[in-house]
Amino acid sequence: MSNRNRDIAFAAEAVAKSLPRRNRLQIALKFAGVASILVAFSVLCLLVGSLVSNGYRAFTQTQLTIDVHVDPEVIDVEALPRGNFKRLLQTSILQLFPAVSAKVDQQKIYRILSNGAQFSLRDRIVEDPTLIGTTISLTVPASDPYDQYNKGTIKRETPEENRRLSDREIGWFDRLKEIGVVTKPFNTALFTHSDSRFPELAGLKGAMIGSFWALLVCFLLSFPLGIGAAVYLEEFAPRNRFSNIIEVNINNLAAVPSVVFGLLALAVFIGWFGLPRSAPLVGGMTLALMTMPTIIIATRAALKAVPRSIREAALALGASKHQAVLGQVVPLAMPGILTGTIIGMAQALGETAPLLLIGMNAFVTSAPSSAIDSATALPTQIFIWADSPERGFVSRTSAAILVLLGFLITMNAVAIFLRNKFERNW
Amino acid sequence: MASIAFIALFLVVAFSYIINWRAARTISAAGERLNSVPKYHAIFAALIVGVPVLALLLIWLMLRGPFVDFLIVQGLNPDQYWHLEAGQRQLTVAEIKSISSGRVFGTPEDWKIEAAGKLAETRNLLDWLTVAIVTAAAGALLVYARIKVKDRFRARAGTERIVSILMIFCSLVAIFTTLGIIASLLVETLRFLSLVPITEFLFGLNWEPQIPIREDQVAAEGAFGWIPVILGTIVITIVALFLAVPIGIMSAIYLNEFASNGIRAISKPLLEILAGVPTVVYGFFAVLVIAPALRNAGAALNIPVAPNTALAAGGVMGIMLIPFISSLSDDALTAVPTSLRDGALALGATRAETVIGVIFPAALPGIMGGVLLAVSRAIGETMIVVMAAGLIAKLTLNPLDSVTTVTVQIVTLLIGDTSFDNPKTLSAFALGLMLFLMTLIINIAALRIVHKFHESYD
Repeated sequence: MSNRNRDIAFAAEAVAKSLPRRNRLQIALKFAGVASILVAFSVLCLLVGSLVSNGYRAFTQTQLTIDVHVDPEVIDVEALPRGNFKRLLQTSILQLFPAVSAKVDQQKIYRILSNGAQFSLRDRIVEDPTLIGTTISLTVPASDPYDQYNKGTIKRETPEENRRLSDREIGWFDRLKEIGVVTKPFNTALFTHSDSRFPELAGLKGAMIGSFWALLVCFLLSFPLGIGAAVYLEEFAPRNRFSNIIEVNINNLAAVPSVVFGLLALAVFIGWFGLPRSAPLVGGMTLALMTMPTIIIATRAALKAVPRSIREAALALGASKHQAVLGQVVPLAMPGILTGTIIGMAQALGETAPLLLIGMNAFVTSAPSSAIDSATALPTQIFIWADSPERGFVSRTSAAILVLLGFLITMNAVAIFLRNKFERNW
Repeated sequence: MASIAFIALFLVVAFSYIINWRAARTISAAGERLNSVPKYHAIFAALIVGVPVLALLLIWLMLRGPFVDFLIVQGLNPDQYWHLEAGQRQLTVAEIKSISSGRVFGTPEDWKIEAAGKLAETRNLLDWLTVAIVTAAAGALLVYARIKVKDRFRARAGTERIVSILMIFCSLVAIFTTLGIIASLLVETLRFLSLVPITEFLFGLNWEPQIPIREDQVAAEGAFGWIPVILGTIVITIVALFLAVPIGIMSAIYLNEFASNGIRAISKPLLEILAGVPTVVYGFFAVLVIAPALRNAGAALNIPVAPNTALAAGGVMGIMLIPFISSLSDDALTAVPTSLRDGALALGATRAETVIGVIFPAALPGIMGGVLLAVSRAIGETMIVVMAAGLIAKLTLNPLDSVTTVTVQIVTLLIGDTSFDNPKTLSAFALGLMLFLMTLIINIAALRIVHKFHESYD
């Protein structure tokens, strides 16, 4: 008896002795877990923070409002839309600096205006030729260095040789600011212009419409094909070798690197079928092949969640198997199917590599009007801008990413809303 | 023009739906008992008209491009065309096409203008033929469907048969895709291997694909040994795993075993956000933030860091993989039966000891499967490395150096270059085939492991 008590006491003592060490282990493990999660979150914060701090600037654009006298001697009604509109703008801005007379300095002053200013003047006059001979007030974008200076990216404190604007150029711009010519409104051009070599003129319209066409094609192909395949495999397919092979195949397709789908599209759609390069049609077809496994897997999960009793009730009332599945089960699974489809579409919207291979990184300055026009997509536009050396494109790239993330968040929010609203617990 | 064919087809389909529906209604109104309700007669008609004609139309649209090219070449004077080089021939065909659609550059030769005129005529003819054939075929099928409408006709069974065939076709698309991938990669790789010996590709230690495309270009001789490229891929993958595996597994363990419900409810969606960020965004992040930070750190410590170091690309790729590994590990940990956990706790083990001694070993096969899937993701990841890793293949294991990867080479070799007749572009397909095979093998192994593991506890 006493022997056993002694053993228990001994054991209790050993446990008590080891407990601090064992508890320390537990604390260390917890700490490591918390630290890992914090690392992940801080990276997420850093990612979003760097994008926002770079990108918010691109949502405004420095504009100059100048009075332009449309000189009939320079602009000929007969010759429209041709004419030396640049000359008009140069004369107008020079009037603000009567003291500057040296040719070199005048050339520099011209460069305060964006290169695209002449085109907005041209468009305005072509639209209304009666303006010729009058003086109009015109708001045009400032060129990239002055835009950067106005937004504070180029600082006056930086030594002159290290910045893109000299002291005199900054002085001229400050004078423009003093006389109230400079404004900094919301940058609508970001959404109404297509790509351009000049950052102050570049916008996302072409890329957004290109992405829209590509996603439309992707949806029209992958949604019916995905549902058809999923319904067949889940409800009708006999359990045999053949359906097994299809299933393994779909699982493997879901894990094939996206760049391989790009190679497939390049060789088959463009090389063998002769479809046009850079077209959202080909992009959408490629994305459809990649999205289909996602939709199939989501649809099968949604079909599985519909209880057997629904099928059996339909069959008991005399419905055929097709009527039971297509008429009862699939409609009940639709919220789940749609959720999966939207998530798949969101993935497709962010996909870049296959679109690069089929040439959707072309430099296109107009929005596509159909699915077979050359176009870029949002992610490829981001890639193009990220590669451009101009300072203005850094903030535009971040802004473009914010726009893309905005679309993705909206799509996922809709998916979550659908799931919460229509999900049923049977 | 294709749209007119589609509209014509749609009209005939709609018409056949209405006509058969009314025919079936008339029969039943006359007092006969129909085998199928009128709706099925209508759907049957729409399907039997729409499906075959639509399939034919789509196949024809796919083949029309190559067919038109063939017609152009056939119509040309053989003396003027066949002595040209392969690249010149493509250019000629492209020029004729652009002339025929009204975009004339410079002053083309007369025979080209003539061919362009002929092409415009042929195209016009083909377009009208398409519309005519579509309408005729659809009309014939419409008549067939209308004749079928009788009281005894089993329209529902017919409809269901067509629907079943359509669904089987949908499932086969996955197989066609796989076959298409294998076929396209194999064909182009074999063409590549006819130009470059296979031993050089598999065992060569030099990768310098920038060969001259025109004769007057100055460029290197060209070397196609993939060893340095795959080595770079391995370096970046290892860097990524070094970051992602411990963080991913640790966070999964914490969330699964220690965290309160509140923390879990917040943390999991946040981790999923990391997984949902497009890779092009990660690539920009690597270039904008991580690479300069590493360079500055290297400069401060007096360590030479390459501008596009493997550490930046690999590190950001690791961040991308954290949620992936975390969620797969989470699945594996959750799949461990509660009895094992309860047993260890009942014997007096602390929670940490239970995790380390019982749950983690039990979940290890599942976690390993997840890590393998992450490896295959890392090897196939493209945009991060295209933007943040180097272009030049170096035989090095130093993560501070700049290395290139298989996917970077594929993308840079194929951007802006379409002619499939030189080893430079074809080598991208050879790399693609190797990439496909590697990821396929890893995926199959990973799925096997995960599958086996789940079976053992079911």
